[in-house]
Amino acid sequence: MVAVRLPTVLRPFAGGAERVEVEATTVAEAFAALDPPLRRRLTDEQGAVRRHVNIYLGNDNIRDLAGLSTPLADGDELLVLPSVAGG
Amino acid sequence: MSEAVLLIGTKKGLWTARSDAARQRWTLDGPDFEMQGVYAVGIDTRGDQPRLFVGGTSEHWGPAVFHSDDLGKTWAEPPEGSIGFPEGADASLERVWQIQPAPAGQPGVVYAGTQPSALWKSTDGGVTFELVKGLWDHPHRKEWGAGFGGQAVHTVLPHPTDPDRMSVAMSTGGVYRTADGGQSWEPANQGIQAKFFPDPYPEFGQCVHKLAAHPDVPERMFAQNHHGVYRTDDGGTTWKSIADGLPSDFGFPIVVHPHEPETVYVFPLVADANRIPTDAKCRVYRSRDAGSTWEALTSGLPEMSYVPVLRDAMTSDTADPAGVYVGTRDGCVYASADAGDTWVEVARHLPDILTVRAAVV
Repeated sequence: MVAVRLPTVLRPFAGGAERVEVEATTVAEAFAALDPPLRRRLTDEQGAVRRHVNIYLGNDNIRDLAGLSTPLADGDELLVLPSVAGG
Repeated sequence: MSEAVLLIGTKKGLWTARSDAARQRWTLDGPDFEMQGVYAVGIDTRGDQPRLFVGGTSEHWGPAVFHSDDLGKTWAEPPEGSIGFPEGADASLERVWQIQPAPAGQPGVVYAGTQPSALWKSTDGGVTFELVKGLWDHPHRKEWGAGFGGQAVHTVLPHPTDPDRMSVAMSTGGVYRTADGGQSWEPANQGIQAKFFPDPYPEFGQCVHKLAAHPDVPERMFAQNHHGVYRTDDGGTTWKSIADGLPSDFGFPIVVHPHEPETVYVFPLVADANRIPTDAKCRVYRSRDAGSTWEALTSGLPEMSYVPVLRDAMTSDTADPAGVYVGTRDGCVYASADAGDTWVEVARHLPDILTVRAAVV
């Protein structure tokens, strides 16, 4: 199992949970396992991570790893953080 | 007893104003959809109960369309979302600019206009939308540009009685129309100036800011352009300027009176390079002769103002006497229950007003 940790603003899309556990061996698989209303906030309809959404594995942004193909091991935790953006 | 509802979409959420049918005293609820830019709202009054729509965009979490069947107390969207490009398309949805219920003869049909420039059709009352491929596949699409607000279909104007006919407007690109239910589209911009091109009268590429028409006279349409206020009397084949008598031909919204096809409203700004109200006064201009002459409406509006009104931040209801509504970029909303003669303040100090829609239900 891997975990996806959510910022407060996204928890309503996960039944209030701070942490969602899914079976996945890559980031893409982890997202695919999320409920669609939550997944759509993280990725657009073509599957790309939204521009102002950052996904961290440990201290690394997945954009600096292998993006959606970044491999995940049992017990890994993905941290979802909104970037500093907007007005 | 009937109730007036006014949806106010702002840069940072939705507010809902309510009044009795007199539309003089308003209460304000909100915000809902906090921190979402609510660029599109809609009110569908065709069914047994009104359905409200919100098109919101979070800078972080993307765009979505929601509907409400209890006048805004609760909102819903289908799990997979209401609207999105098909898998494999070379685009993803950035923003919903317009949610337009079709005329009464097309129950369940709701149109949406989006950024990037695309038209969408719903046949299930606005719960899910399908891309109108005829416009998306138009050979001109790669040449449609982006204005300051982005590249979007911001106006959808269905023909009141013929479901095969419709006009849309986009910035930039101009007006396009179909007569075969959306399969094929032709530009309809002859006479509309595009001062930002070497050839100021191109076939397409104009920056039309808003388009409006009265359902009783569908061949006549009005356009507020990026400089230029125009009227067509032949369904968009040719356009003529109706800007004489206005203090400026620049502005964003244009609205037609719900019961008087000759009565039209604009909100002039000084110029492209100086986007503040003319003479620094908050004034709506009204013509009662389809644009031949204009009068300034001032009663109840602020004496001094340096803030513009955006393209969708002016609207009318369909009550009698007609209500007219205007929202400003400094978060004020004014309502007139007498077709613009006098105005009352509905709200102040909200975020930038992006769009307003009203109905007496």
